[in-house]
Amino acid sequence: MEEAGDKSGGSRKKGLKRKAATEELQEAAVVEDGATESGVQPRKVAAFPPGFSTSEIKNKQRRHLMFTRWKQQQRKEKLAAKKKLKKEREALGDKAPPKPIPKTIDNQRVYDETTVDPNDEEVAYDEATDEFASYFNRQTSPKILITTSDRPHGRTVRLCEQLSTVIPNSHVYYRRGLALKKIIPQCIARDFTDLIVINEDRKTPNGLILSHLPSGPTAHFKMSSVRLRKEMKRRGKDPTEHIPEIILNNFTTRLGHSIGRMFASLFPHNPQFIGRQVATFHNQRDYIFFRFHRYIFKSEKKVGIQELGPRFTLKLRSLQKGTFDSKYGEYEWVHKPREMDTSRRKFHL
Amino acid sequence: MVQISVGPDPPLRARVTQTLRRKCGCRLPDFGMAAAGARWNHVWIGTETGILKGVNLQRKQAANFTAAGQPRREEAVSTLCWGAGGETQILVGCADWTVRHFSTEEGRFQGQRHCPGGEGTFRGLAQVDGTLITCVDSGILRVWGDNDKETSSGPLLELRVGPGVCRMRQDPVHPHVVATGGKENALKVWDLQGSEEPVFRAKNVRNDWLDLRVPIWDQDIQFLPESQKLVTCTGYHQVRVYDPASPQRRPVLEATYGEYPLTAMTLTPGGNSVIVGNTHGQLAEIDLRQGRLLGCLKGLAGSVRGLQCHPSKPLLASCGLDRILRVHRIRNPRGLEHKVYLKSQLNCLLLSGRDNWEDEPQEPQDPSKVPLEDTEADELWASLEAAAKRKLPDLERTPGALQTRKRNKKRPGSTSP
Repeated sequence: MEEAGDKSGGSRKKGLKRKAATEELQEAAVVEDGATESGVQPRKVAAFPPGFSTSEIKNKQRRHLMFTRWKQQQRKEKLAAKKKLKKEREALGDKAPPKPIPKTIDNQRVYDETTVDPNDEEVAYDEATDEFASYFNRQTSPKILITTSDRPHGRTVRLCEQLSTVIPNSHVYYRRGLALKKIIPQCIARDFTDLIVINEDRKTPNGLILSHLPSGPTAHFKMSSVRLRKEMKRRGKDPTEHIPEIILNNFTTRLGHSIGRMFASLFPHNPQFIGRQVATFHNQRDYIFFRFHRYIFKSEKKVGIQELGPRFTLKLRSLQKGTFDSKYGEYEWVHKPREMDTSRRKFHL
Repeated sequence: MVQISVGPDPPLRARVTQTLRRKCGCRLPDFGMAAAGARWNHVWIGTETGILKGVNLQRKQAANFTAAGQPRREEAVSTLCWGAGGETQILVGCADWTVRHFSTEEGRFQGQRHCPGGEGTFRGLAQVDGTLITCVDSGILRVWGDNDKETSSGPLLELRVGPGVCRMRQDPVHPHVVATGGKENALKVWDLQGSEEPVFRAKNVRNDWLDLRVPIWDQDIQFLPESQKLVTCTGYHQVRVYDPASPQRRPVLEATYGEYPLTAMTLTPGGNSVIVGNTHGQLAEIDLRQGRLLGCLKGLAGSVRGLQCHPSKPLLASCGLDRILRVHRIRNPRGLEHKVYLKSQLNCLLLSGRDNWEDEPQEPQDPSKVPLEDTEADELWASLEAAAKRKLPDLERTPGALQTRKRNKKRPGSTSP
C-alpha cells in the first residue's frame, strides 16, 4: 500500500526521488515527513517505518529503483565530499597535510619473521655453505637439461625450445617415458647442474620442476599464463646467443632467498652486456613472473625495452631437500592452502 | 661465541639498556647474560650449521652456542641427549664423529671426544654410568669409557647392528637396554650387559595381499613406560607396537597415518598415545590402545626432524626443516603456544622436563654490573619512559629485535643473489 502510493508507474520518479530518498534516510522523522508530504501533494506518499530497508521490498522492479536512487545519492555525496576536500587542500596550499597513501595488499603485508636481514651472519653463513655454494663460488658453471612430461604436445615442445634459447648452455631432450629417478644419476654423470621438467596437462604446460643436480633442492611450481613468442604483441626479434643479465625482484624471506638463488644458478655468471638482454624473475604476492627483454638506453635515464622470448607465471608448491623424490623425500616447505592461505595479506616468498 | 638474540622483543627495559650500552660505549660482556641464563632455557636445539640453540620461552629469547665461535657445517648436530647429573649437561653428537659436552650451568662447551668408527652420522647417543653409547649409520654401536685417556685404546664394547640404522634409543627405565632400527634393518633390542646377541629381534609382518614382501624402514623408536613394549614409526607411514613379553615377534598393533614417511615420534604424558610427524610437516596423535587417529596439529611447513613432549605438561616441541621451533599444546585446547624462527635448519631438539617453567627465580647479578646499569639507565629512564609508553603498543605488534623495526619501514626492494 505504501509503496503503491510512493511510486507511480515511473512517470513521477524524478519528482518524488529526492523526497523519497530523504524519507528513507531519515527514518526517525518518517512519520512527520509522511504527514507533511501527504499534506503537500495530492498523492499519498509512503511513510516508512523505522528499521525499514530497501531489501525488504518484495517487488524486484521497485526494489531495484529504490536501490538505484540510493546509489545515485551516495555518488553525489561522495563527489561533494571530494570537491570539498580538494578545495580545502588548495586553500591550505603548502600547509596541507600530505595525501594519505592508499592501502594496497602489498602495503598491508603481514610482516614475515623469516625476512632476511642483510647483516645477519647466521643466514649469511647458511647461504654461503648451502647447495648453491659451488655455483656462487664460481667453481661450477651451469649446464641445464630441459625436458617435459611424457608425450608432450606442440605448445610444450615449443616452450621448451624457446626456453633453451633463453637459458644459455641448456639442452632439450625428449622424455621417452623415463623415470626421473633414473634420469637424474645419468645427468649427474654427464655434469649437468640443473634439471627442468615442464609438466603438461591437456596440451598446455602447467607445471615446472626445477631440480638442482648434485644433491640440491627440488622446487615444484605451478605454471600459468604461458605466452609463446608468436603470441606476444610488439615483440622484438629472436634472442641472440649472448648471455643475459638477471633481475630477481622481491625475494625477501628465507624461502624467497632459496628460490631466488635457484633461479640465479640457472644462468652463467658473466652477463654479456653487448647483448643487452635481461631475464627478470619478479616476485609479487607469491607469484613469480618471468619475462625476457632486450633493452636499449636512449639517453642517461630513458630506456626502451622490447619483450622477446616466452613469458610465464610461476607459483611455488613445494621445495624439497634433495633431488627429485616426491614420495620419500624430505620437504623444506610445502604449500598447504588451508593453513597458509587464510590471510590475504600474508605471503611466504 | 656467537651471540644473536632472535625471536620476539626482549622486555623494553632490557632493550633500553642495550641501546644505552651501545651509545655510551660500555663494553659489558653480552654473552655473560645468555650464558648465565642458559640453565633456564626450555628447549635446546641442534642445527645443520653446527650451532646449538637454547630457547627460553618465558623470556622469548634464543641464544646460539658454538664450540669454535663460528658456525661450521662439518659440525652439523645430528643427535642430542642429556648428560649425567639431571639436566645440567648436554651431549651433542656432530657430523664429524665427535661428541661435545655442553654445560647448561655455565653456558659453554666443556670438552669433546672423538668417537670414530663406521660411516655416516650418529643415529643415537646415550649415556649410562659414565659411559657413552654411540651408534652410526653403518651399524657400528660402540660403548666408550669416560676418561679421555681411554679413547685412544678404543671402545669398551662394539656391536654390529646391521647397516642402514635410522635410530638408536635407550630405555629410560633400564639404561643398559638399547633398541635399534633402520632401513631394511628390523627392530632389535640389545642388552649391553648381556650377550652379543639381541634380546628381542622383531619379525617382519606377513606378505601383503599381493603376496609381496612388506619393506621395512624403522625411522623412530620409543620405549613405552610401565611395560616392555616398544613403538616404532616407519618410512612407509606405519606405526607399530611390539611386545617382547608376548610370544609373537610380529607387531602387536599396526596403525597407518598419511602417505608420507614418518620421521619423528614422541610419547604423550598419558602414555596411551604417540605423536608422529612426517616429511610434509603433518603432526598426528595416534592412540595406541585402539590404533586410531586422535587428532592432528597444524602449522609446520617442512619435514619434522625433532619432536618431544614434556613429561607432565601437555606441551609438544617440534622442529624441522622449515627453520621454526613450535611448541603446541596437545589438549584443552589443542593449538599452537609458541613459535620461534631460528634461521638454520633444525635437526634435533631436547625439551627440558622441569616443572617450574613459570616461576623462574631472578638471577643475582654481579654487584659491579648493577650500579653501572642503574646509574646510566635511571638518568635517561625518566625521559625515555614517556616516549616508550607511547610507542609500546606499536612495538608489541612487530616482533623481532630493534633492527627489524627499522627494517619494517623500508619497502621490500630487489635483492641480489
